Amino acid sequence: MIQGRTWVFENRPYIAASSAVGGPFEANGPLAEDFDFLHGDLWLGQDSFEKAEKMLLEQACKKAVDKAGMKADDIQFFLSGDLMNQVISSSFAARTLAVPYLGLFGACSTSMESLALGALIVSSGFGDKVLVGTASHNAAVEKQFRYPTEYGGQKPQTAQWTVTGAGAAVLTSKKTKDEIYVAAATVGRVVDMGISDPFNMGAAMAPAAVDTIESHFRDLGLSEDEYDLILTGDLGKIGHRIAGDLLVKHGLKLPEEKFGDCGLMIYDEQQPVQAGGSGCACSACVTYGHVLNRMKNGELRKVLIVATGALLSPISYQQKETIPCIAHAVAIEKGGDPKK
Amino acid sequence: MLKETRKKLTPVQQEYHQFVKGREPKRPILKNCLCAFFIGGAICLLGQLISTFYIHFFGFNEKTAGDPTVATLIFISVLLTGFGVYDHIAQVAGAGTIIPVTGFANAISSAAIEHRSEGYVLGVGGNMFKLAGSVIVFGVFSAFVISTIKVIIKSLGGF
Repeated sequence: MIQGRTWVFENRPYIAASSAVGGPFEANGPLAEDFDFLHGDLWLGQDSFEKAEKMLLEQACKKAVDKAGMKADDIQFFLSGDLMNQVISSSFAARTLAVPYLGLFGACSTSMESLALGALIVSSGFGDKVLVGTASHNAAVEKQFRYPTEYGGQKPQTAQWTVTGAGAAVLTSKKTKDEIYVAAATVGRVVDMGISDPFNMGAAMAPAAVDTIESHFRDLGLSEDEYDLILTGDLGKIGHRIAGDLLVKHGLKLPEEKFGDCGLMIYDEQQPVQAGGSGCACSACVTYGHVLNRMKNGELRKVLIVATGALLSPISYQQKETIPCIAHAVAIEKGGDPKK
Repeated sequence: MLKETRKKLTPVQQEYHQFVKGREPKRPILKNCLCAFFIGGAICLLGQLISTFYIHFFGFNEKTAGDPTVATLIFISVLLTGFGVYDHIAQVAGAGTIIPVTGFANAISSAAIEHRSEGYVLGVGGNMFKLAGSVIVFGVFSAFVISTIKVIIKSLGGF
């Protein structure tokens, strides 16, 4: 069923299992315990950072499939994307998995873009074992979008730290024990508020997140305290503050303690990450690890994840283009008796 | 942001820029300047010590000690880049580590290390000057312009 630009899934796509893989920086963060694997080595024993990113995604996918009690052959569709040129990490991981694959690009919003599309496939009945995932690698992303990793450039406080990691989830039409399912998804519009500084992604992406959150609430006619937790993908300190203020300005007062940002959760204050975490894996790791674990424990029942993506390329910002941004929201809910 | 690009923005975008402005942390310019001054100064002091060392122990004079001093600083910088330390110092030092010759060495070596995975020819060779290339191009060009001006003034009977 469609309401405005929000899909409401009447046939519930259940999240059978999910996994999160992280790197050394994430291992020192406050969410370390929610990861399935943590790597101490940024190279993962590979000879390039790009290959390491592919490894992260492969591991996350395999782990999620294992946890769901399936085999790779059982997966009917694999939906994935990443930040590398021509989404190589996803395509190469799909080569290993050898299952029908759709490559996606939504920059850092890919985590929820893939989850929303996966849920759509399952809900519509065109598949009942769908794997969705995404990955990012700090050094590989720095190399492609910014400067060499060891280059001594001073980063401003508005810069963000790309998460090294991967997250994956298996969606199925069969009811699972935890009864965690994807309830709705709002597809984002591209919003460009004229920010052109690639070291200030938070400010660039905040309006996109606000736009999507607003329409999600409007489309479904929800009250402000509908969700137990609303998380934006990777706005960081500055972007989170802007988004909060913008929402208030637009007349949507979300309860402060229920409105957070994945980029602020994955690292702690002491880590030198400037404004916070970013990258595809930021929202993927936090959602598929931390948030779903809390849902399984019954701490959270209704969660809205708004993954934000900056759709720029290294060439576009050198040509002085502003940064177009997008945000996709996915509502994840837990069924069953709330008292259990 | 540049004035020209700001002019192209729509009123809504301009309003947003104002909205963002008050919510961004200001760049700590004074702190950055002081850090750059002292760390950059410390590098120069180190260079002076190395130079004095070469003059006293290896029989160089003030003019000839320059080359081995620069070579030594480059060596140290490349070594620190390889060990992954230089970028951490630079995060604090800013311009202090970019302006001296150590920054130039870091720009070249970091790019070379980064692109090692694409092989020696297309990777290291092709990308080594990715960042430093424009310093060389515009450095050589400005040297050419300045020396041309000097030659003209000299031929006109100037200093």
